[in-house]
Amino acid sequence: MKVRLVDIAHARSGDKGDTANVGVIALDRKWYPLLARELTERRVADHFRGAITGNVQRYELPNLGALNFLLHGALDGGGTLSLKTDAQGKVFSTALLRMVIDVPDEEARTLGLPAA
Amino acid sequence: MKQVVRVAAGQGFWGDWLEAPRRQVEGGPVDYLMLDYLAEVTMSILQKQKERDPKMGYARDFLGAIESVLPAIVERGVRVIANAGGVNPVSCAQAVKQLAASHGATVKIGVVTGDDLLPRLDDLIARGHVLANMDTGESLTSVRDRVLSANAYIGSTPIVEALSRGAQVVVTGRSTDTALTMAPLRYEFGWASDDWDKLAAGIVAGHIIECGAQCSGGNCLIGWRDIPDLANVGYPIVNAHADGTFEISKHPGTGGRISVPTVTEQLVYEMGDPHSYITPDVVADFTTIQLEPAGPDRVRLFGIGGRPPTDKLKVSIAYRAGFKAVGTLVYAWPDALEKAQLADRVLRERLDRLGLRFDKIMTEFVGASATHGTLAGAPNADLPEVQLRFGVRGNDRAAVERFTREIAPLVLNGPPSVTGFAGGRPKVEEIVAYWPALIDKTEVTTGVEVIA
Repeated sequence: MKVRLVDIAHARSGDKGDTANVGVIALDRKWYPLLARELTERRVADHFRGAITGNVQRYELPNLGALNFLLHGALDGGGTLSLKTDAQGKVFSTALLRMVIDVPDEEARTLGLPAA
Repeated sequence: MKQVVRVAAGQGFWGDWLEAPRRQVEGGPVDYLMLDYLAEVTMSILQKQKERDPKMGYARDFLGAIESVLPAIVERGVRVIANAGGVNPVSCAQAVKQLAASHGATVKIGVVTGDDLLPRLDDLIARGHVLANMDTGESLTSVRDRVLSANAYIGSTPIVEALSRGAQVVVTGRSTDTALTMAPLRYEFGWASDDWDKLAAGIVAGHIIECGAQCSGGNCLIGWRDIPDLANVGYPIVNAHADGTFEISKHPGTGGRISVPTVTEQLVYEMGDPHSYITPDVVADFTTIQLEPAGPDRVRLFGIGGRPPTDKLKVSIAYRAGFKAVGTLVYAWPDALEKAQLADRVLRERLDRLGLRFDKIMTEFVGASATHGTLAGAPNADLPEVQLRFGVRGNDRAAVERFTREIAPLVLNGPPSVTGFAGGRPKVEEIVAYWPALIDKTEVTTGVEVIA
């Protein structure tokens, strides 16, 4: 079953220099393991291909039901150098939430996931 | 010892809501008002102001904030801690003193100094401190002649000293945002300077409230439609206990929301490696934080762990890095995006023919793809309007100036259905860029002065 990330998580993003961070938080704590399994560094790097020049790093915060992603080279130099509308990476959060993930039907039913 | 110490956040950055400090002091009982004014490049703006007038160089909004709370803080004994001092905390404190005197009040003011490394920069470099850029590894010598300001991020210790010497208002320069909240807790509860878990708890409390209402319903994605009464949003308050646990709350009768998800959104904001949130006082481990609901608009935090800090301080250096300008035009239906795309091609060709060279030219189509790029998918062919947003950056000021003359002509000599140019020619901005570096702690000596 296709599941939209925006239906199972919320997020906030910010900046450190030319790096944007995106914290993704499960809307229901029991969905966190699914996020941890599906939102790999590679998957997120693929999602943002062409939009960032550097790599993606991931950190796990099971205590918050959250994952933190660092998107390097995301902000055209960052801060005052950047010519981007989103020079401080404020809405990379919702850009990540555009992702759609594939979940086996039975697992989706067990977890009560909303279908896309 | 107090059972509970209440630290109220009144500003999340220079430019935040002018109403917030007064509302925090008058809306209910609080012990401390914490005001955070400094962002990464704020110091350089203040340095430029100080160059023009040696009495300037601090966040002048702070005087308005103090004026708005002055009778109340004196009556109620509320103490104020602010990093409003910028590159001139002494002048800031003098201005506060004069302001208080003009209202017939005497307020003891603590001034924290020692973060300003600009006068010592050449000496530090000569003694082998390369102040390498933490992101690129480059040595500071490559931009030394363009440096505008250099400040070490300093911790809670001098603020604690100012409080113990009786200051009611503490003014600092580049103190870390989180130290402004942690220091009064350390002072009130007598936490030892190596009580890592408690210091880390104070830092986490500071991180949660340092952006003002961003933890209490502001800029909050989860359930945003249902967050009540944002017009009357309540700014957050830390209610801390001696054991390092604390609750986040807001004054009764205010809008916004404090819940586990709203606080969690703020916890992940601007986060790097959550195992190591490095501050001058302690390294906090965000993977230890536990949250639970504690009543309406109240969240309890506990279990927070920390470990000893490093032997370095982060240094915030600002330097001149060329010029930029951004111009915009709006194209209307039908085929709004296609028209904006044609205008982009025309503009690029004209800049090319003029022989203007830039380090970077960036085009965005606001309304179609500016913030989410290709992730936004194929744009709707029927968009009512699209804004062409065209920016250039480079070291040649004249080239950037010349670019700013090329936007308006497009109104008459480019694609049709164009509007939105009433703002006039784009402004050329000098770029002041940020250079993060590290310095040995032993090189930085802070000072505290108390004036009355």
